[in-house]
Amino acid sequence: MRLYADSSRCSGCKACLLACAFSHFQENNIRKAALAIIPHFPSPGNYEVRVCTQCGECAKVCPVDAIPQNEKGAYYIDPELCIACDACVDACPEGVIFKIPGREAPFECDLCGECVNFCGMNVLSIAE
Amino acid sequence: MNGYAGTILRVNLTTGEIRKEPYDPAVARDFLGGRGLGIYTLWHEVPAGTDPLSPQNKLIASTGPLSGLLVPGAGKMDWTCKSPLTGGYASASVGGHLTAELKYAGYDAVILEGASPRPVYLYIDDDRVELRDASDLWGRGSLTTEETLKKRLGEDFQIASIGPGGENLVKYACITHDYGRQAGRGGVGAVMGAKRLKAIAVRGHKTIPVADPARFWELAHAMFRACKEAEGLPAWQRYGTTIVTSWCDEVGALPTRNFQQGSFEHGPNLYGQVMREKIVITDKGCFACPSPCGKYSHSRKHGIRVEGPEYETIALLGSNVALADIEDVAYANYLCDELGIDSISAGNAIAFAMECFERGVLTPRDTDGLDLRFGNAEATFAMIERIARREGLGDLLAEGVKAAAGRLGQGSAEWAVHVKGMEQSGYETHNATAMLLAYMTADVGAHHNRAWAITYDLQVGRDQVTPEKVARVILLQHIRPLFDALGSCRLQWVELGIDVTQYAPMLAAITGIERSWEELLKISERIWNLTRLYWFREVPGFGREWDYPAPRFTRHPATGGPTQGQLTPMEAAQKLLDMYYEQRGWDANGRPTAGKLAELGLGGYA
Repeated sequence: MRLYADSSRCSGCKACLLACAFSHFQENNIRKAALAIIPHFPSPGNYEVRVCTQCGECAKVCPVDAIPQNEKGAYYIDPELCIACDACVDACPEGVIFKIPGREAPFECDLCGECVNFCGMNVLSIAE
Repeated sequence: MNGYAGTILRVNLTTGEIRKEPYDPAVARDFLGGRGLGIYTLWHEVPAGTDPLSPQNKLIASTGPLSGLLVPGAGKMDWTCKSPLTGGYASASVGGHLTAELKYAGYDAVILEGASPRPVYLYIDDDRVELRDASDLWGRGSLTTEETLKKRLGEDFQIASIGPGGENLVKYACITHDYGRQAGRGGVGAVMGAKRLKAIAVRGHKTIPVADPARFWELAHAMFRACKEAEGLPAWQRYGTTIVTSWCDEVGALPTRNFQQGSFEHGPNLYGQVMREKIVITDKGCFACPSPCGKYSHSRKHGIRVEGPEYETIALLGSNVALADIEDVAYANYLCDELGIDSISAGNAIAFAMECFERGVLTPRDTDGLDLRFGNAEATFAMIERIARREGLGDLLAEGVKAAAGRLGQGSAEWAVHVKGMEQSGYETHNATAMLLAYMTADVGAHHNRAWAITYDLQVGRDQVTPEKVARVILLQHIRPLFDALGSCRLQWVELGIDVTQYAPMLAAITGIERSWEELLKISERIWNLTRLYWFREVPGFGREWDYPAPRFTRHPATGGPTQGQLTPMEAAQKLLDMYYEQRGWDANGRPTAGKLAELGLGGYA
């Protein structure tokens, strides 16, 4: 399972970012989300959505094997084992592993699906 | 303070002093935020009789308690000041991402006061706030300024900027954000220009606290689900506000040739469906909006990209000046955005001048040779430039149609379409009495957003002059502006039909203060009455006559379309006002009575 994004449908509203942050941290804060929207304006005039593809690069580069997979097949960073070296942050090809201020372990998509629930434009979906 | 950042940023452009002040919880309780905080601050801090373009005027950019939160459409910011266009109250709302970003940076509002000796921009990066030199940006367009600042500071900064229109104090200059969203009406951009503030750039990383996270999360789910399941969602997502263009044209509500009639023979060229297929490339939403009305377009004919045109611009810079090609409307829209003038007032001013030209009140000598006839796209483009730069006839039109008619005379006031000096927005009201009353009594002048009553007219009979119609207008004037105090968009309720009473428990979950929907409407009524008092305080002789509709609709029948030959006689307009004042608890001159003010907790303001 992984999260898919159809960037051509995105209107850049950031509800997905808020949903991600609130679902994991109970906070209204777009900068605590594990996906990203990159606007390209004024030209060409579109949005690019970046999401975790569950490629596993993060797990491969982790020096302490702190990134196992959960029951949905999503890689997650175990804060108990993480040494905050940030190797995974640098290795992520999509740039969607995020450092959260005041929290040692970085944070990545766990396929909770809340971003999908809050997207009004059907940009996001979870599938095999 | 749950739901709020808790801090107001006060910036004195004259001295360069920047202060962070606590948000008074009592003001938040009684006025909510957004336009509520705006009028509260304007009333208390800007002395009576202040020149709107003087350093003593203040510009208040204010978020609301819903802004920046996971609530559908929570991306609205209000800009309040004394209006250079009307001399009364101005409050303009802008969407996009500015309001959320300001709250994430830790501020509920920015109060701009004084005037800088040189061009500056306001830089806000969380706790770091500075006035920075903007000499190199002065003279540049709004969109160019935004692009320049984003390249300089980072894509994650949100920018609000003025263009040459604001710098040149065009009385209806706007403030532009997010490549095409505007705080459009009443000249807020001219006040920013008078302060020599070219732009605001803001970025924030903080969290906005909510009182009851579990209840908030549950309600957020319910509200977004209701939006996503709404029957009207797919069509609204596809067309946005342009969905009404064809309807207005068909029923005779599409302003055509300076509001002479409500249907345009080339109207079908401008319909949302045509625009979507011809030029729209991306749906562009405001913050947390499931139903983006923003349509980002690419005109190959003119080689430009622009957000829009949305319905109002199509009406005023399309049919109202008789442009028959949606790409020409898009280009006129682009010019207004880049030059920083309100497309509604600009479309009115140009249509007014076109009618003057066709009637011989203006001659080619006055227009520097421009053939300023209805339908001339090149002349329209040229006039937008001249208004923004105050060149030739543009200097006169930059004052608005009321002032222009006053200077030109020769009966031109008969076709200057405004109320209180603000040009009328995109609904033709020869025979639509609720909408006419909405324009007559809107607290900024002839603007539709306080009460969009045109569909109600069609529903109950357009020429009906009844207490029910008046009551409907008043109810809308309490519901719709309430959203401008809450800092979120009304369109999820208006267009998707979600249950508006849900906002009461949502606000309670956010702030921790339990209030019913009726109590929130009472706050909205308090704000409405304070804006009314403000008009009386600021405008000598203010009263009933200031609520009169444009003569176009009471003395000159529509010249064609479904309303051909129709008008609303002045006696009917007077009757509407009588009923309106009575229902509002105002006297026959339209002044709130002592009893009404006491009821609203405004006893000390009389």
